Amino acid sequence: MSLDGPNRVILDPRFAPPFPQAALPVLRNPQLRKNVAHAIDVIQTKRGKLVAEKTDWQALRTAASAIRSHTLENLGFYLEQFEEHCTAAGGVVHWATDAAEARQIVLDLLREEKATEVIKIKNMTSAEIQLNPFLEANGIGVIETDLAEIILQLGEEEPSHIVVPALHVNRSQVREIFARRMGLKNLSDDPKELTNAARTYLRQKFLTIPTAIGGANSLIAESGAVAVVESEGNGRMCLTLPRTLITLAGIEKVIPRFQDLEVMLQMLARSATGERMNPYTSLWTGTTSGDGPQRFHVVLLDNGRSAILRKPRQRQTLKCIRCAACMNACPVYRQTGGHAYGSVYPGPIGAILTPQLMNMEHAQSLPFASSLCGACYEVCPVKINIPEVLLELRSQVVNQERKQAGRIFDPMYIGLLVAHFLFANAGRFHAAQWLGRIGARLFTRKDGWMHSLPSVGAKWTQTRDLRGLPSQNFHEWWSQRDIRRKKETK
Amino acid sequence: MHASLFITCYNDTLFPETGRAVVRLLERLGVELDFNPSQTCCGQMHANSGFRSEAFAQAKRLIHLYRDTETVVVPSSSCVAMMRDQYPGLMEELGSDSLRREFETLLPRVYELSEFLIDRLGVEDVGSYFPHRVAYHASCHGVRALQLGERPYRLLAKVRGLDLAPISNPERCCGFGGTFSVKNAEVSSAMLAAKLQDVAATRAEYCTALDNSCLMHLGGAMHRQYLGMKTIHLAEILASTESDSERFPVEVSR
Repeated sequence: MSLDGPNRVILDPRFAPPFPQAALPVLRNPQLRKNVAHAIDVIQTKRGKLVAEKTDWQALRTAASAIRSHTLENLGFYLEQFEEHCTAAGGVVHWATDAAEARQIVLDLLREEKATEVIKIKNMTSAEIQLNPFLEANGIGVIETDLAEIILQLGEEEPSHIVVPALHVNRSQVREIFARRMGLKNLSDDPKELTNAARTYLRQKFLTIPTAIGGANSLIAESGAVAVVESEGNGRMCLTLPRTLITLAGIEKVIPRFQDLEVMLQMLARSATGERMNPYTSLWTGTTSGDGPQRFHVVLLDNGRSAILRKPRQRQTLKCIRCAACMNACPVYRQTGGHAYGSVYPGPIGAILTPQLMNMEHAQSLPFASSLCGACYEVCPVKINIPEVLLELRSQVVNQERKQAGRIFDPMYIGLLVAHFLFANAGRFHAAQWLGRIGARLFTRKDGWMHSLPSVGAKWTQTRDLRGLPSQNFHEWWSQRDIRRKKETK
Repeated sequence: MHASLFITCYNDTLFPETGRAVVRLLERLGVELDFNPSQTCCGQMHANSGFRSEAFAQAKRLIHLYRDTETVVVPSSSCVAMMRDQYPGLMEELGSDSLRREFETLLPRVYELSEFLIDRLGVEDVGSYFPHRVAYHASCHGVRALQLGERPYRLLAKVRGLDLAPISNPERCCGFGGTFSVKNAEVSSAMLAAKLQDVAATRAEYCTALDNSCLMHLGGAMHRQYLGMKTIHLAEILASTESDSERFPVEVSR
């Protein structure tokens, strides 16, 4: 399904086609759409039940939102606190300004370890900085250990969801990938058998590769501890067996206190996978002699985050805990899946995060990839008002357009300016309604409907008709009625 | 009781029968109405398309036009949502102190139609008669922005002869989204197709809502596909009675 040619999936916002164009191959792929809709329906149903059983869900949302907001308001303080405590516990903290610096830090650490292979815990931050292709280009083999990531890696697929990255791949496709790549000719598509195949493949790697790269769900400032939550236990293997562990985390991942996990973990598990508690929660602080990795590094990644933090209306984007509830609830994502977003962060959160991480220089189509239905905001466990941020980013994109010479050839842009000119004065508006009525007659068929319109209108009439314009507007009817009534009362 | 109508740009231009139904309905309930023909648009289209300063200018114009009114009734939940959710931000960023004060006193007096009937007039049974099977599409702005909740269902339950057909996945967007429907026409159409499946499964004769924008989207596809279902604004259902000379939906000449 990773097609070549024009339908190739590109998850790099610098090179990905605009959203409407990237969505087209998906819309024409019934298997992919069925897989996506089925998977998110399952998660949504589970989430719905578990949220409904929490009578204090809204209070929890408020608390989670407050924890995240407070942390962001004092991010520098908590990050330094984290660094101090993590270092005191035997960890080494590295600061990376951008993706390139983070990749280089990780590579240098792996070279110090003389690593030729590394095992990995599923981790969005590493996808964000495109770590795997970089390490492989530098001669280091990367072995993903999360089941979904293994499917993608072996199948040479791209992730389409931040929690369930292989959500677009169904069971029979997994069977095909495993059979082909693991040389298991008689493999069936029984989930148990597929899991066993992955387990056998992985066990070997866990026992032989002494270096691991992971992420963090939370960095706890007061103790320097790191928390990772997962479903399979493969992360736990990476956190305990290797000699050296490198944790890569965005700077926004910090929370003030251990106690805050009580709120955050409840929200995360229910929102992400529809579970009361995630199966594996690992917490560790620095290094412990004779137990677990003896060398522990944390790479704290900025990569555009502090620039987002400086903008009050956009700052809330960084409250995100990567639960993916927004994409599961999104009616756009439901149709397109993740690949259309051209970024490792798809869905509503991707639509606001990606262009910001790109400093608004790429991915300008993403803030428009939403009908503003508000389902994302409704489910967000940390109350990110995604529609509000989408609108803010839309206005920034329009402000960029205002400076471009080509804008005068964009019928949408010109149309909106003309509409504004008309709305500013009722006389003008009414004259335009009158002219529009005459113009519309050219396109109105005998049944009273327009079936085919030119220019921007063609985008509408490609799948919908439009009723012909009425011969009398409301305001005309009202004025006539007024005149009639005055006559009657005279 | 006195109320001023805001009929919104596209209802004035494309769906005058909705405004007429609101007039018939509210006058029947004894509300004295006025309408200022200087009104144009609330600014939602511009705000949602990223034209903030233009949206602000339209918002300012609307606030000035309605500042002396007692109550404003709007038969469009997305336009009311625009005022509640987006005006405050626009005022904060671009408005003067006096404009902000005018807005703050105006906003509590603005009602979406079902809010006006239930919260302000305190009526559920408005004496309507509409002998058809009807599916109610709960528009996103009505459900999530305005939190209309049970209001439209309470009104529909009291309509004589009406057979209400529940739609599966009622909270799911129809894919209109204003300029989204042309900027992302294909994705919008895919969302529409999914919604239409749920709507068609009701086997209703009419699909109703409190937003003609969603209905224009759904109705346009129904017409294209010869679906055997029509759209009708809830105001028109509520305006219909057994004895009225003007039965809704009225056939508007074109």
